[in-house]
Amino acid sequence: MINLLLFPIILPFLFAILLLFFKENIKVQRSLTCIGLLISLVAALFLVAKVKADGVQALTLGSWPAPFGISMVSDMLSALLVTTTILITLFVVLYSFTAIGEERERYFYYPAILFMITGINGAFTTGDIFNMFVFFEVLLIASYLLIVLGGEKRQLRESIKYILVNVISSALFVITVAYLYSVVGTLNMADISVKIAEIGQPGIITVIAILFLIVFGVKGSLFPLYFWLPGSYAAPPVPVLALFGALLTKVGIYAIIRTYTLFFVHDIGFTHGLLSALALLTIIAGCIGALAYFDLKQIIIYNIVIAVGVILFGAAQMNESGVSGAVFYLIHDMLIKGALFLLIGIIIYVTGTSNLRKMGGLMKTHAPLGWMYLIAAFGLAGIPPLSGFIGKLLIVKGAFEAGHVFGSIVILASSLVVLLSVIRIFIYAFWGDPTTVELPKTNRRTYRKMMMPAVALVILSVLFGVGTEWLVPYMTDATDVLLQPSIYIDAVLKE
Amino acid sequence: MEFVMAIVIGILFMAAVYLILSRSLLKIILGTGLLSHGVHLLVLTMGGLSGASPPVLAEGVTDYADPLPQALILTAIVISFGVTAFILVLAYRTYAEHQTDDMNLMKGNDEHD
Repeated sequence: MINLLLFPIILPFLFAILLLFFKENIKVQRSLTCIGLLISLVAALFLVAKVKADGVQALTLGSWPAPFGISMVSDMLSALLVTTTILITLFVVLYSFTAIGEERERYFYYPAILFMITGINGAFTTGDIFNMFVFFEVLLIASYLLIVLGGEKRQLRESIKYILVNVISSALFVITVAYLYSVVGTLNMADISVKIAEIGQPGIITVIAILFLIVFGVKGSLFPLYFWLPGSYAAPPVPVLALFGALLTKVGIYAIIRTYTLFFVHDIGFTHGLLSALALLTIIAGCIGALAYFDLKQIIIYNIVIAVGVILFGAAQMNESGVSGAVFYLIHDMLIKGALFLLIGIIIYVTGTSNLRKMGGLMKTHAPLGWMYLIAAFGLAGIPPLSGFIGKLLIVKGAFEAGHVFGSIVILASSLVVLLSVIRIFIYAFWGDPTTVELPKTNRRTYRKMMMPAVALVILSVLFGVGTEWLVPYMTDATDVLLQPSIYIDAVLKE
Repeated sequence: MEFVMAIVIGILFMAAVYLILSRSLLKIILGTGLLSHGVHLLVLTMGGLSGASPPVLAEGVTDYADPLPQALILTAIVISFGVTAFILVLAYRTYAEHQTDDMNLMKGNDEHD
């Protein structure tokens, strides 16, 4: 089964095409989406087991020898990210049954999600830089549909901005690939790494490294390129927001981590120093935003920005603790952001508003929601038994080892701000006198149906925190490939 | 030849940036069109403009143009075509809904204003 690593890409694609034929039949849409995602999840889990047992899986499409055909490469990092992506999508789809509304479901909502998953999984798995551009476009075009679906005034306005920013950054991506091609004359990522090592990273390659940082920084919302994110993400309905917040920026982060550990490793002082500095500024900008708003969505959206900074700061250290911390934190952040967005979606459903000042006293009426939110909030801040702890601990440890004392302090201080921002939601929404706030009439059964996937994601994130010891061997495998590009290169260019 | 192309592409990028920074939505979309033209020409130029004959196998020809950039450009063209079609329709819908094509007027926060 050498094709195993293609299954998480092809299966959602296949089911998305099938769904196009059942536009009006919502029951078929829902069940086919769930079946497709479940089968993909099983395939992804098999892939993780296979990578764990046999090392990096590489496949060159059409049996062309490696640098000439398109290579697909699945190392532990991409296998884990693919699995997490499918898992989160499954829960968001279950949540969508009650939250998204039939009108949207009838207009290709589920096919768009599956096409987006195809693009995301493809971008995580590809071993060819131009192919990565194509998969980026696949996920972006699907996300354009998801962000505008419904056609409310605000959605239209914000999606114009979102699409323009992404069109420009895609153009920059192609420009960068063209420059890289003119220097090294190849598109295969393993081969590019070999060629850059041969010419010893002259100045032009460093320029290309910065261009890649700009391109992926726009996708991954790095300071000062995150300006589009808060407005655009607040426009679509909550399930779409959860998908975007949990998955889309992480593709940009993955691309930065991949290129900065595989290609540009010969002038670390400049490129990775710049990345660390930008990551710290990203954290600070995110912290300011997270404290500035009294809007549920905006607070969690700015927490995405903070997490981007934390992950990239860890990855920029280029030592074992820093990088493995970044991998831990990346997967934790996908799970916890998914869970948090689903939970605040329920809060917005229950109270009918996303303005913190207009709610209060939910603990008396919706106690399970309150406790689940509190667990997710503590997990996000990184309180020890929960999932955010180990990643941040390793990142701080890596920063101290690399001599970045100031950076470590910023990260630790940012945890306090994160905790303050999410606990403020808890205090405003759940404490206080319930009689002062009038809740709109809501369906208790809908509420319970929305709770189930959210609770499942929270439990998963708790398990991720408690089961850290069990996950360590997988994370070590992921870190080894990132820190020793030769493993990756040997797997792709085996002959 | 590459030098001339570089200058021309630079002018295209300049015009694209100028148009994208303007207030009218349609001008911005024209700007993205120019930007994608510049990008595609850049890929062609960066692949090298040396080859003498088109990349089709023929008897007795040894000096072909590099086929790879041409395939990349073809891919990028259809992608930017799809996105441009989408964004044009989106601009139309936005105009119908907001009654303006001035980007400066399309701001604000619906929930708290």
